[in-house]
Amino acid sequence: MLLLSDDYRAMLAGERGLAPQLAMSILVRMAEVYGAGELMDISQAHIDSTIYLGDATLEFAERLASLGARVAVPTSLNVSGVDECGWKDWAVKAEWAAKAARQMLAYESMGAVPTWTCAPYQTHMRPVFGQQIAWGESNAIAFANSVIGARTERYPDLLDICCAIAGRVPAIGLHLTEHRAGEILLQLDHVPDALQQDDQFFAVLGHLTGARVGDRIPVIGGIVAKPSEDHLKAFAAAAASSGRVALFHMVGITPEAPTLDAAFQGKAPPAAIAITVEDLRAARRELTTADGRELDMVILGSPHFSLAEFSLLAPLVSGRHAHPGVKFLITSSRLMKEHAQEKGVLEPVVAFGAQITLDTCILASPMLPPEIRTLMTNSAKYAYYAPNLLDTRVTFGSLADCVNSAVEGRVVRDESVWLQA
Amino acid sequence: MINGRAIVAGSAEGEALVTSEALSFWGGFDFRTGQIIDRHHPLAGVCATRRILAVPYSKGSSTTTAVLLEAVRAGTAPAAILTTGVDSFFALASIVADVMYGKSFPVVALEPADFARLKSGDRLVVERSGLIRTI
Repeated sequence: MLLLSDDYRAMLAGERGLAPQLAMSILVRMAEVYGAGELMDISQAHIDSTIYLGDATLEFAERLASLGARVAVPTSLNVSGVDECGWKDWAVKAEWAAKAARQMLAYESMGAVPTWTCAPYQTHMRPVFGQQIAWGESNAIAFANSVIGARTERYPDLLDICCAIAGRVPAIGLHLTEHRAGEILLQLDHVPDALQQDDQFFAVLGHLTGARVGDRIPVIGGIVAKPSEDHLKAFAAAAASSGRVALFHMVGITPEAPTLDAAFQGKAPPAAIAITVEDLRAARRELTTADGRELDMVILGSPHFSLAEFSLLAPLVSGRHAHPGVKFLITSSRLMKEHAQEKGVLEPVVAFGAQITLDTCILASPMLPPEIRTLMTNSAKYAYYAPNLLDTRVTFGSLADCVNSAVEGRVVRDESVWLQA
Repeated sequence: MINGRAIVAGSAEGEALVTSEALSFWGGFDFRTGQIIDRHHPLAGVCATRRILAVPYSKGSSTTTAVLLEAVRAGTAPAAILTTGVDSFFALASIVADVMYGKSFPVVALEPADFARLKSGDRLVVERSGLIRTI
């Protein structure tokens, strides 16, 4: 039975306005679904409801905005359905652009910060360890919980904004310490260091993890490599695409897993599976759905390309040029592009022939012209969803493979470490 | 007869569409056609509109709920969703569809052993109490 304070009751009764009343009515119904005994305060939110799909998402956003909705906590915004300044260069229709822009305006009017990125953890809105937050966007949820140690349930679109308006969430699930213990151990079994240090390793391991663990919290053991933040980002995005991973622990790497014992909160692992090189090879093969060497476009940036990724890319493309038959597209945020420009790592990327789309991505905005049939990417998330949503075929490779293929005008991959392992 | 737990209460009747594999509706279901489009999923290419969809739980994208809301508005949504355990995504989509359009769909949680008895093609009736009957 849900206990509500007088303050919540006042909100529910409409004494704080119509928008808080609507948000609270949905939250209270969801608290019953979750079996929550009470609501709890949050101090930040990230809104995935920004993605324009059609009339229903727009009507929901404009309904809240017309009721005068305001977010009660600092709130960042996920990708939208359109790059407002760049959509005319692509196949986006004017009606789509106009409606997606209206949806952006609706969420901005609620007082949220227009970050327009699926990697809010790489902006000034990054939460801290232990912070109670309500985040949408599957990759961001997994990153915030696992890599930062902030606490969010796996919030869906349409509920994230209700939490932000109410400033509260049902006190359940990953908000509570006892629900954050590992539930299954994935132990790397004779996976060589050289393979672990490959640029593709963490994305592939994430794809495999999501597919294997079902609805359990995975603990990954046996990692000797020291992943960069962007490799952990790639792992989180992959595991939250092939599966429903909202929290993972990597022993010796993520903050709630200094030891195996800590990751399982002192209990024995309830289940364990070994991960072999052959498992990883098979997972990597699954990410490639193209069957030839033809290449129409290289696509980077799901989740959004970071400053560190621009900095890695710049020396790889310096003095080179993309093949005229291949588009080279990077999806990122306004903030990251500005930082890359200030740091001098944007200029060589643009000189190479790269195009940059901001605020959205190829999955959230219908921007690719129909002649784009074959993609290459280093993102397991793009590799998972693009064949479904865009009817394209994808080759998965490292950042260097993507650059070399763009120069050659056909798919070239250095697979030596995967073949030898 | 199966006694389920009504997560979002409602009644429905239709042909069962059963899978043991989790599904993300964003990137996995086209609300314009009602078809499942995830090429990794065993139901790829199948239309779920007005069927009683039995799927253990949601996976993947947070936007699954928004896709379901669009599907309710467009008339392409499943008639009901049966799960193992409580799935907050499916419940939220149904609750918001009720708030926005006065049209919700029943969401019923089943014990895994009961879920395993469901077969695609069975004609099912879902009652408000969470009771599921084959007819």
